[in-house]
Amino acid sequence: MDTFIVGLIAATLRVATPLIYGTLGELYSERSGVLNLGIEGTMFFGAFVGFAAADATGSLWLGVLAALLGGMLAGLLMAFFSVRLGVNQHVSGLGITLLLTAVSLFFFRLIYGEPRIPPSIRSFDQLQPFGNLPIIGPITTQYALTYISFLIIPLAWWVLYRTNVGLNIRAVGENPEAADAAGVNVYRVRSYALMIGGGLMAVGGAFLSLAQLGAFTYGIIAGRGWVCIALIIFANWQPAKVLWGALLFGGVFALQLRLQSTGLNLPYETFLALPYVVTIIALAIAGRNATGPAAVLKAYKRE
Amino acid sequence: MVKFRIEKAPAPLWIKPLIPLIAIIVTFLVTSILVVMANANPLEAYYYFLLSPLSNRVSALETLVKATPLLLTGASVTIAFASGYWNIGAEGQLYAGAIAAAGLGMVLGNFPPILAIPIMLIGGFAAGMLWASIPALLKVKLAVDEVVTTLLLNSVILFIVSFLLNGPWRDPVSGWPQSPQIVDSAQLPRLISRSRLHLGFLVAIIMILIVWFILTRTSLGLKMRAVGHGQEAARFMGVNVGQTMLTAALISGGIAGLAGVTEVAGIHFHLIDAISPGFGYSGIIAATLGALNPLGVGLAAMFIGLIDTGAQTVSRSLGVPVYLGNVVQATLLLVTLGMFLLQNYRIRRD
Repeated sequence: MDTFIVGLIAATLRVATPLIYGTLGELYSERSGVLNLGIEGTMFFGAFVGFAAADATGSLWLGVLAALLGGMLAGLLMAFFSVRLGVNQHVSGLGITLLLTAVSLFFFRLIYGEPRIPPSIRSFDQLQPFGNLPIIGPITTQYALTYISFLIIPLAWWVLYRTNVGLNIRAVGENPEAADAAGVNVYRVRSYALMIGGGLMAVGGAFLSLAQLGAFTYGIIAGRGWVCIALIIFANWQPAKVLWGALLFGGVFALQLRLQSTGLNLPYETFLALPYVVTIIALAIAGRNATGPAAVLKAYKRE
Repeated sequence: MVKFRIEKAPAPLWIKPLIPLIAIIVTFLVTSILVVMANANPLEAYYYFLLSPLSNRVSALETLVKATPLLLTGASVTIAFASGYWNIGAEGQLYAGAIAAAGLGMVLGNFPPILAIPIMLIGGFAAGMLWASIPALLKVKLAVDEVVTTLLLNSVILFIVSFLLNGPWRDPVSGWPQSPQIVDSAQLPRLISRSRLHLGFLVAIIMILIVWFILTRTSLGLKMRAVGHGQEAARFMGVNVGQTMLTAALISGGIAGLAGVTEVAGIHFHLIDAISPGFGYSGIIAATLGALNPLGVGLAAMFIGLIDTGAQTVSRSLGVPVYLGNVVQATLLLVTLGMFLLQNYRIRRD
């Protein structure tokens, strides 16, 4: 296998990592019956909080932890509006995204001022479990957070399909009235699902600032949250299929980075737009058969 | 002893106009935490935020300048949301209109303003419609969720703008990533001398009135609101749901496109990649604050324009990061959403 393919596979796994966190986060939310459009803002918030905390404490893992907690808080806020108060999920989710983006920018400016080059930190080292072995070595040279992302996919499947918590999440996402009648606290289960989801989204954001970039920039998320929302439809709300969606998008993204450098005579923006366009086309193909949890977008009101 | 209880019943009618006021007060109380963290006095900050922009002619007019694109994106979002079509793509449709304005503005040199300006407006409207037609057709024909596609297309059009500005349209005079300056005859005339207030403000007010007229005074508007209230019921009434949504989506995209025209032809005279600092999303805030009532949306857009102007004053005078304005906007949106629930309760004396 030539180095082009090996490099492509390694890059695909790296690009897919934040998408896996984000999409799984959205999966928990939507399976409980809440479309969380706060994802873009939560990822941005996670990238910022993770960076600022790691910068302040000198520990990258404390940064990840701070992002996780910050994201859970963001999920709780989303739960307050969309679950407790039961207001429109589209608008409250966008409101959360606008709020978290603005709050992150506010504190970034307050802490770092207006630097000409974005502040940076020494980012995570990549693990090299197979050293310099040909092919397998470079492919497995990845960040710990990438390895973890591949572990939480089967974990999400196990939680959703093999535990009581997961049964409750799916129940309140499909038929909250019946779940309530069976003694499940709909508000509480949805709130927990949103908190788990928010935490995962924020870690996805922190992967970008603490591992991939080692810096925080205004355009760090650049619509990845919206891509995750699309991937979940593409994955038909199944944890296992999340992997394929993330790898497809990651692959197209990694491929365009490489095509740019091969001197193909096309403007580089064509390649940058490609993953988004491919996602829309994939949605158009998968769209008709996509059936989400029945109670998504419906606020539950206990009478 | 007098006892009160809260019960679920429609609140008295006088509550409704008070809700935005209460929401504004709560918002400023909540966001004052950030002002304090930035080592500034909240009362002083509120003064700069709300009163100082209105205290002199220049900044009062500047508030209207800032409100212009918000009135348009607010009107755009209102007609879509009222029809149950979740167009989150006003931001991208605005850029489509801005691209059309920059392109037309380069070639209209031989036309007098009386022709050039209508061509600019129609071109921008058409471009916004065209960009909005992609998610709208996907929604109506293939049942693809419009929220996702409009959001993704917002990212895509930014790449198109970047391509134009770094490639074919790069300004040959300055060499900067901006399109060549549009010709004089395509520039929107100023309404008042010694201010930036331009014809686009009138266009925006007219669009607000048109959306109000469509939604409340036409059979199309009746169909739109029927679809917005419930697609099944609307279908049962004999309304063609797909066609109604498509119409709403296209008008919505067109109006958002106009916001791109007013920014290019009224303010910048070039296409730049930062032509919108999120006007499309602020339009969603305006539409929500105005409870999808076009006249209320107009007032809300003016208020957001005031916050935008005020945030710059606060930043200049007190050194508070200018993003405080964005925080206030987003908080106001969430608080208002919560406050609308007050309409469903009333306090009774036992």
